[in-house]
This record gives sequence, C-alpha cells and structure tokens, in this order.
Amino acid sequence: MPVIDVAKDLDSRTITVTSEFAAPVDRVWQIWEDPRQLERWWGPPTYPATFTEHELAPGARVKYHMTGPDGEVYPGYWDITEVEKPTRLGYDDGFADAEGNPQESAPLGTIGVDLVAADAGSTRMVMTATYATAEDLQKVLDMGMEEGLTAAVNQVDGLLAA
Amino acid sequence: MTSDREKQADAFFHALADSTRRDILRRVLAGEHSVSALAQHYPMSFAAVQKHVAVLERAGLVSKRRSGREQLASGEVEAVRSVTALLVEFEQVWRGRVDRIDALLEDDRTHPTTQKET
Repeated sequence: MPVIDVAKDLDSRTITVTSEFAAPVDRVWQIWEDPRQLERWWGPPTYPATFTEHELAPGARVKYHMTGPDGEVYPGYWDITEVEKPTRLGYDDGFADAEGNPQESAPLGTIGVDLVAADAGSTRMVMTATYATAEDLQKVLDMGMEEGLTAAVNQVDGLLAA
Repeated sequence: MTSDREKQADAFFHALADSTRRDILRRVLAGEHSVSALAQHYPMSFAAVQKHVAVLERAGLVSKRRSGREQLASGEVEAVRSVTALLVEFEQVWRGRVDRIDALLEDDRTHPTTQKET
C-alpha cells in the first residue's frame, strides 16, 4: 500500500497523508513539477485536471481547472509559497473564476509537501493540508472531487438538501 | 496518533464503508425508522440489520430511542456534515491521488522509454 499513514487533527482541520513510492526523490518531484504528469494524477478519471499556468517558484500562481463528466468546469489556483527542489513544496490553494483569478479574498488552505529519501531508493511523501474553517474544507471537497467515500457522502448531502 | 477523535474518524469511515449501512443511513436521515421496518428492505436477518444500525450508532451517525417494543433509529445530520466527515472525505481524495501517482511511477518501470525529463 502506497499510503502508510493518515493523521487528522480535527481541532486545527489538518490532515497529513504519508505515502511511500518505489522511485527516487528526484523522480517523485517530477510528478509535481511537470504539469503533464500532474494532470495524470491530480483529478480522478471522472474529473480530470488541466494545468494552464504552472511554475513552481515562490510567488508564482499556478492555474488549473477540473472538468466534470457533464463538462462543468471548476477553476482553482495555487499561490506558491515555498520551493526547495526536490524536497519541499508549499502553496496556498483557492478557487478561481473563469479567468483563473482568485474568487475569494483569501486562499482556503495551506498545503505542504515534503519528499524524503527512504530505503532502497524509495521516497516518502508527506502531504499536510490545513483549512481555516470547516466551510473552506467543504468547498475544496465540492470542487469536482468524487472518489470513494465522496460519492456516498455526496448522496447523503443531496438527500439532506432535497 | 490514536486520539479519541481519530478513533471516532475510524469508526465513521468503517461505518460508511458498507453499502447496506450507507443505505440505512440515507433512509434514517430522511426520517425516523423502526429497526424492524428497516430490516424489511434487506435480504438479511433482523439481527444483521440491527448490527449494522449499531455500527452506525457507534460512529455517531445514527441515534436510537425506544418506543414500546420498537427501536427507532434516526440519522444525525450534524455528524454527517461534521469536520470528521470532511476530513475522512479529504483522506479518500488523497488516497485516490496516491494510487494514481503509484500507477504513474509504475509506468516508468514497465515502459522505461516513456519517462519524460522535465
């Protein structure tokens, strides 16, 4: 199993997902650095992601959108805060309008990714995401992400809204 | 790393990992049901349905009360919308991503010529 640990802190609305991949750190960095590779894993097959602007440099804004099964588009952005190639990436994420500009006055969450060399040429990836409020977390999850349990919980939400 | 609240999150995930329990939850979120009325919807024994309701109850998703001989179950709307629920959902999103990264890296090993330099 590539996911080796998941820790959640409900008080600070933080989740840390630790995974391990059978590839060196430089190779795992590429899956973040190369937008075409990023597109292969960021969105699920039903909500593929397209990165239209992508530069991993502090101060840069990465722009992307996810496209749903009915063609609905969910634009988002990352404001890159920290880059230490090939071991650390930090960004704030948020929603964008159709032109790719931030929709809200402030980003929703803070994400940090650390890549650490592990045994036998493998890499441990530690992703930590913190959201300021439960509403922010809800918005991120509403952004065209439908996987596993998400489908079930959304069905429940639909039922509640009906 | 096994705080009470993480145990609660685990119980929540476990409860929702079963399609019968998700179906029970949908029904009781729409309104209070007796466990015997719920049991009529599933090709399993009353005792088995009662166990499913108990798992949902332990996860805080369902509450039960007694009325005469009947056990009445209702859904906990707040729990479904809780931070726990959101973080469990977020975990699933990242599990999906990690699986896809793993598959992408696996491609390197099976088709080394397709690996691209950035």
